[in-house]
Amino acid sequence: MTISALVFYLFACITVGSAVMVISSRNPVHSVLFLILAFFNSAGLFLLLGAEFLSMILVIVYVGAVAVLFLFVVMMLDVNFTELRQGFLQYLPIGGLIGLILLVELLMVVGSWTALPDAGQLIAAKAPDVTQLSNTDALGRVLYTQYLLPFETAGAILLVAMIGAIVLTLRSRPGVKRQSISAQVSRTMKTAVEVKKIQPGQGI
Amino acid sequence: MEIGLGHYLTVAAILFVIGVFGIFLNRKNVIIILMSIELILLSVNLNLVAFSSFLHDLAGQVFALTILTVAAGEAAIGLAILVIYIRNRGSIAVEDINLMKG
Repeated sequence: MTISALVFYLFACITVGSAVMVISSRNPVHSVLFLILAFFNSAGLFLLLGAEFLSMILVIVYVGAVAVLFLFVVMMLDVNFTELRQGFLQYLPIGGLIGLILLVELLMVVGSWTALPDAGQLIAAKAPDVTQLSNTDALGRVLYTQYLLPFETAGAILLVAMIGAIVLTLRSRPGVKRQSISAQVSRTMKTAVEVKKIQPGQGI
Repeated sequence: MEIGLGHYLTVAAILFVIGVFGIFLNRKNVIIILMSIELILLSVNLNLVAFSSFLHDLAGQVFALTILTVAAGEAAIGLAILVIYIRNRGSIAVEDINLMKG
């Protein structure tokens, strides 16, 4: 058994084990932390496959952004999580049965899968030799030429997600004093200063 | 023993099933359901990257990048919906989400 096979089994076992812990953990904070572990180890699997750029992106995007977002929300919200776990065992048999059937079917597909004899001609973007061009370099070359449209679409999706999240969570609470720049700028002397004639011997 | 495409596909299949199972198991907790969806998307990414690596085709990695983007956007929108839901109702139990009587 070579080193790479050993490393593969290490990464795969930790990924699967932490994925199991994500769904079965009692505390959602532990779930998020196990999710981070699963992402780290699948980044290792990506590295073994030679997709270095995607592996680093996985760490940055998932661990750096998504998992921290989850952690933030879980810690910020004051939710009674023990109440939410009621009925946990109620769904265990049917869920386990469906999961088992799905797993057997997927493994049958994996076991009986063969490539077309002319699969070599169907390659859309041939990966160059890694000794000539690194993975990041090669990916950049196809990403900005051949796959420009999917790349732009991904950017548009991110923009829509950002605007959507802001619009959803923005709220204007009554009673909160905020700076209104347009009101400040549009003030003139007429609206700001009021001159009152005061009769002698009387107050306002 | 050589690690082939089948090994990676098996890991991805197991990860996918764990994600689906997690949705069944945590029917009441939206946060865990969102995490299960992240696991499912991760397994799809693993499939795409494995095929991309073994067929020497970079298209799979480009699609994996797109799925990564979609997953990030989905997590952001889902958590935003969760936050406003808790702000309005004070609970995240999935069974209570029936305001629209669909």
